[in-house]
Amino acid sequence: MGWTLTPLGDRALVAELQPGHGSEDWMRMAAAADWLRQAGLAWIVDVIPAYSTVTVVYEPSAVGRDGQPAYSAAEREIERLLAAAGADWTGEPKVITIPVCYGGMCGPDLADCALRSGMSEAEFILAHAEAFYRVALVGFVPGFPYMAGLPPRLAQPRHGSPRPRVAAGSVGIAGEQTGVYPLAVPGGWQLIGRTPLRLFDASRREPAMLRAGDRVSFVPIDEEQYRRIEQEMAAAVCSSSAEGNGNAAERGGDRV
Amino acid sequence: MSLLVIKPGLYSTVQDRGRPGHRAAGLSGGGAMDEYALRVANLLVGNDESAAGLELTLAGPTFKAEADLLIAVTGADMAPHADGRELAMWRPVYVPAGATLTFGAARAGCRAYVAVAGGIGTAPALGSRSTDARAGIGGIAGRPLRAGDAVPCGEAAGAVAPSAWATAWLAALAKRSAAEGDGRPAIAGAAWYAPPRAYGGGGAAGIELRAMPGRERGQFTQAARDSFYGGRYRVAAASDRMGVRLEGPPLHRIAGEELLSHGIVPGVVQVPGSGQPIVLGADCQTTGGYPKIAYIASVDLPLLAQAKPGDYIRFRPIDLEEAQRLDHARAMSLRTLVAAIRCKRP
Repeated sequence: MGWTLTPLGDRALVAELQPGHGSEDWMRMAAAADWLRQAGLAWIVDVIPAYSTVTVVYEPSAVGRDGQPAYSAAEREIERLLAAAGADWTGEPKVITIPVCYGGMCGPDLADCALRSGMSEAEFILAHAEAFYRVALVGFVPGFPYMAGLPPRLAQPRHGSPRPRVAAGSVGIAGEQTGVYPLAVPGGWQLIGRTPLRLFDASRREPAMLRAGDRVSFVPIDEEQYRRIEQEMAAAVCSSSAEGNGNAAERGGDRV
Repeated sequence: MSLLVIKPGLYSTVQDRGRPGHRAAGLSGGGAMDEYALRVANLLVGNDESAAGLELTLAGPTFKAEADLLIAVTGADMAPHADGRELAMWRPVYVPAGATLTFGAARAGCRAYVAVAGGIGTAPALGSRSTDARAGIGGIAGRPLRAGDAVPCGEAAGAVAPSAWATAWLAALAKRSAAEGDGRPAIAGAAWYAPPRAYGGGGAAGIELRAMPGRERGQFTQAARDSFYGGRYRVAAASDRMGVRLEGPPLHRIAGEELLSHGIVPGVVQVPGSGQPIVLGADCQTTGGYPKIAYIASVDLPLLAQAKPGDYIRFRPIDLEEAQRLDHARAMSLRTLVAAIRCKRP
């Protein structure tokens, strides 16, 4: 597997996979990022997998240099690690099912989306929930998964002007991607539903529920099921904050 | 022990050296915008460089000291006063319990830093006390300070005990303060100081930032590349901890090829379709897809942090090897400063 390394300023570099590996690239990026992280090198500060790249943030003064410039030393070490990861190694992605209440108050754009795709709302929901998705990258806001695998006929344009506030848990579509807003933030994606799951919670050891490379499927739920899961989530947060995790309730944008 | 917030100022947050290691989850690296100024402030009150302090932006807050404190103020000059008397910057200063600390509008620079002996003791989140307002974590309830907040300081509040060095300076300055004050304790600062950085907008000529060539520089027109290094850019009012937005000669691209989103870091100069560049700051998103014309040398990021709306910025080319050499030299000079400060005895 061929990697090209280029500097991203004086404290980071980008490793890019040579083109031609197709839609499985992000699986390899996630695996490569885990591999670099697990190498346990003190000078590797952070690793960001995304589509066809892995960005490595490093501490130049901590790279063992043998008299050579820090960048050259970091580049050589990371090339060596990536080569050792092997061509077929893709790690073990998690498989996660996300319950979604589609349409109505939860998905204010569902009707327009269905109309644009020439389907009924029920057909649109079925098509969205039947597909399998993969997390290509997590970014934009903490815990926001950009997922590939949307059936092309469900693709939607972004809103011309973003909503000033999108509710936490909202499931959206932009182009041929689908995603879930983990926090209440401004956003321009077409909103088709909402999940009661908390995709980002800083009181968890792994604050983001999804990582690049994970496999995701959506399962439709009704409003009553939504409320029940939401209550269970709130109860779980209350018990975890009672254990000393601080102000989780104050942090959440979606307190019940 | 705490600092009670009487007025919060424009945007005052708890910051330390940041929260790296969680970018794969979409969390910014965060931390002080002017890391140099925060580190020096910590050293001046005997703290570890990684302790949390306060970052004040453009218009400063007012605090009431609820205990005797040893503090240091660095970074932008916001005319700090304690009980109406000017407080000297870049040195340890004794502030008696009950004193009112005021910070005004920034006269030079954009961000001031306040360190307290023992550090700020707000609860760490994911290994850092830095406020990340987008994620809603760190600092006080994951947001900037508000009137009525009590900013916890020192050991009892969850930070560490002031060092023996800091305790000795606090005692010595308190004694001087009692001797000099007529009836009420005076504000006493050490007679020595750390060399302050020269902040101040750079006037019409502009603040000079050294920049390495970016990955997509070849996609820009020759005129754009010339303007970038030859022109001057004004810092826009919409700038914040995510990015410093610049206004100046537009930077047009030859090819309109869309990039896949990839990891980005502070110091990256990205150019959206408008042609007006944005220099990414400490709270920048973890991924982005705009073309990158340049990267600011890390050694100059403190100058970027101190550029305030209306200031002018100019870019000068530097290569990667030189940028890393200067970054390393800065780290070495900080080590020398640590030793020099520890040698100071009251």
